[in-house]
Amino acid sequence: MSCWQTIQDYALRSVGYGERLLPRDDFTLCHQFTLIGSGLIWNVYFGALALCFGFFLATGVALGKASPAPWLRKPAEWFVFVFRGSPLFIQFFLAYFFFITLNNTEIAGVSFRGAFDWFTSAWLGALVVLFLNTAAYSAEIFHGALQSVPRGDIEAADAYGLTGWPRFRRVIWPTMLRLAWPAYTNEAIFLFHATTLVFFSGFPAWQQKGDALYYANYFADKTFNPFVPYPILAGYFILLTLAVIGVCAVVNRRLNRHLPQDRRQRLKLRLRIIR
Amino acid sequence: MKTPIAIAALLALTSGPALAQTVRMGTEGAYPPYNFLNDAGEVDGFERDVGDALCERAGLTCEWVTNDWDSIIPNLVSGNYDTIIAGMSITPERDEVIDFTQEYFPPDPSAYLAASDSADLTGGVIAAQVGTIQAGHVAASGATLVEFATPDETIAAVRNGEADAVLADKAFLEPFAAEDDGLMLVGEDVAIGGGIGMGLRESDTELRAKFDAAITAMKADGSLNALIEKWFEGRTGPY
Amino acid sequence: MLPYCADPDTLSGLTWLSCYLTTGKHMAFYLSFLTVMALLLVTAPTALLFGFGGAVAARSRIPPLRWLGLAYTSIVRGVPDIAFFLFFVIALDQAFEWVRHKVKCPDWTEAVRQGNDFVVCAAAKLPLSTAPQWMHEIYGFALAVLTFAIVFGAFAANVLSGAMRAVPRAQTETAEAYGMSRRQVFRRVTVPQMWVYALPGLSNLWMLLVKSTPLLFLLGVEDIVYWARELGGSKTARFSDYPHGDWRMWYFLALLVFYLLLTRVSEIILDRLMARLTHGQATVGADTRERAA
Repeated sequence: MSCWQTIQDYALRSVGYGERLLPRDDFTLCHQFTLIGSGLIWNVYFGALALCFGFFLATGVALGKASPAPWLRKPAEWFVFVFRGSPLFIQFFLAYFFFITLNNTEIAGVSFRGAFDWFTSAWLGALVVLFLNTAAYSAEIFHGALQSVPRGDIEAADAYGLTGWPRFRRVIWPTMLRLAWPAYTNEAIFLFHATTLVFFSGFPAWQQKGDALYYANYFADKTFNPFVPYPILAGYFILLTLAVIGVCAVVNRRLNRHLPQDRRQRLKLRLRIIR
Repeated sequence: MKTPIAIAALLALTSGPALAQTVRMGTEGAYPPYNFLNDAGEVDGFERDVGDALCERAGLTCEWVTNDWDSIIPNLVSGNYDTIIAGMSITPERDEVIDFTQEYFPPDPSAYLAASDSADLTGGVIAAQVGTIQAGHVAASGATLVEFATPDETIAAVRNGEADAVLADKAFLEPFAAEDDGLMLVGEDVAIGGGIGMGLRESDTELRAKFDAAITAMKADGSLNALIEKWFEGRTGPY
Repeated sequence: MLPYCADPDTLSGLTWLSCYLTTGKHMAFYLSFLTVMALLLVTAPTALLFGFGGAVAARSRIPPLRWLGLAYTSIVRGVPDIAFFLFFVIALDQAFEWVRHKVKCPDWTEAVRQGNDFVVCAAAKLPLSTAPQWMHEIYGFALAVLTFAIVFGAFAANVLSGAMRAVPRAQTETAEAYGMSRRQVFRRVTVPQMWVYALPGLSNLWMLLVKSTPLLFLLGVEDIVYWARELGGSKTARFSDYPHGDWRMWYFLALLVFYLLLTRVSEIILDRLMARLTHGQATVGADTRERAA
């Protein structure tokens, strides 16, 4: 079987298109590259969506943490503490249990059976966990940035008569983002790495549709040789990391485009790793 | 960087000449009744008894080690222990990579454990442990396969309705069916996999011969049958 | 073992629980918390050492050394730690045995790789197959420490090289003006000064390290997650004196509390350390502390 044929059969296997059965013997390098690459679709899906949604929640939580009102500040602080203070591995495990339990609860004779079916499968349940997790980490980053917004910027906004929402939207928020961006890039990289845990703890794989690590594991298991699939996986992730760094650099340039040339922060992975 | 010092330290670890041969027995410790950890945290079960008896007959000192199922073969070929005695069926794929002794437990059918008699075994959702021969069987059968990392989780999935049934070795499922009123064995047994043997490195022919001879002896004098009857309720010794 | 635990079937309530929680298996579970703490305490300085080496290599003036340093940090940081753990330990173990094999058995004629097997002479085995079980466990633990240190060393290298760059140029310039060589400047000025810049990054790294310990069981160390799974899984009466259903959720909740406590204690200690290090360096300290918040 030619490698092109393999790619046609298995490139979309992780999302359920192509051959139903995974290769069972005569494992070629082509098989391994194709299927592990196919699994990468899930890693990108989890990472990208969790980052997108998490970004907004993070902004809200960061504001909550900076709020003087205790009923806003306390919940925000606890949310960040619980999700930053415990391993993602354990969060996945407990979340899966939690959703399963919800699925089997009855309150006042009303059965919730089936209502949480979607949450017990990885595409939604794991996404929710990753979303909350990255929101907590990003909120911490944004909160730090919020504290370091230069006083002068806010005074200038006041001088222009900007208050409330417009002041936040047009002055504070862009500055906060600019300050937080290098650390946020790091968070994005870590989140993509963390997506490998989805099928590894807690969430089961359905019909052999899994992420890159799931397929790497499959091949390691079938060929009894871990030295081929895991380095392939590592290679894919190095490429993915480079892509994330590239995208973040573009955004960074846009965020800093108004600054004079010599003041632009070069996007280097800053010495501080938030995650 | 630190390598020269590290190597020197490693070399220093070595002690004098080799003493009597110690054979390290690798098992999973999570698959009753074949092997599991008892309340004291020691390896226990059918294979513990068989292994100890074999070592005694072959005049070997044996040491029990537990290892994750996923990496149990790579760690054997890399020399971290000398045998696998973990309820491992003799299959052609495995045989290409490692060697097996003759079987010490006959081919055991796999069975479906479900929460109701009417579970749909061909079109429903069937749970299996990831990387087992049963997982491969379900994937090919047309049912919807859902894979879990440990055997425990597959049972839990049936209990909470996540899966309609679980496919696993019958001997593993029987105690659950016997003790839990909500669970029962359903459908026909499925014959997959060969008998269970001890796995060894292909280069370890001498050790394999020793264990083979010991197994033959245990089959001949009926002591293996006695152990099977002790650990597997309702079975009669096949040898 | 408590004296009244001989026949658990007859017990109930708290007495049963007290017996259940003191079985040999549970003792192993409690001990594994110490294993995790020990691993953290040993790994942190080791990783720092790797990080220091990596940072020094990355800023070296000898190109191959520089490339090596840069490749080490960027490759290891680009790969999820779990992918490393899944094959790296075996590779590391084989590498050590291979080196020992070459040194100890120079007249060995058979191939080391025979098909799938990795065979070294008996004297090169690590630890020797005659060694008692605790030696094997120590060795497994050491391999785990080394793997963690290599992974986290890459991150530490990044933090440290940033910190070295953050030492004000004026300081090193002054040292050069006094006639110190490049090496002397590095040893006497850059290294002592960089720590305060590195501390926020290193504390974050410590938190990361703490939270990656659940992956220890992948490295063959029987850690808290291994025991929580093992103990929490449902037990039938045939194979245990304490049969119970699926209790994994309770065990994992206990782990959650453990990690939250560990995080909180670490935060408090690191904050104190930062306050002490930046004492008298008000500007820098206030600045870095703010950025670390």
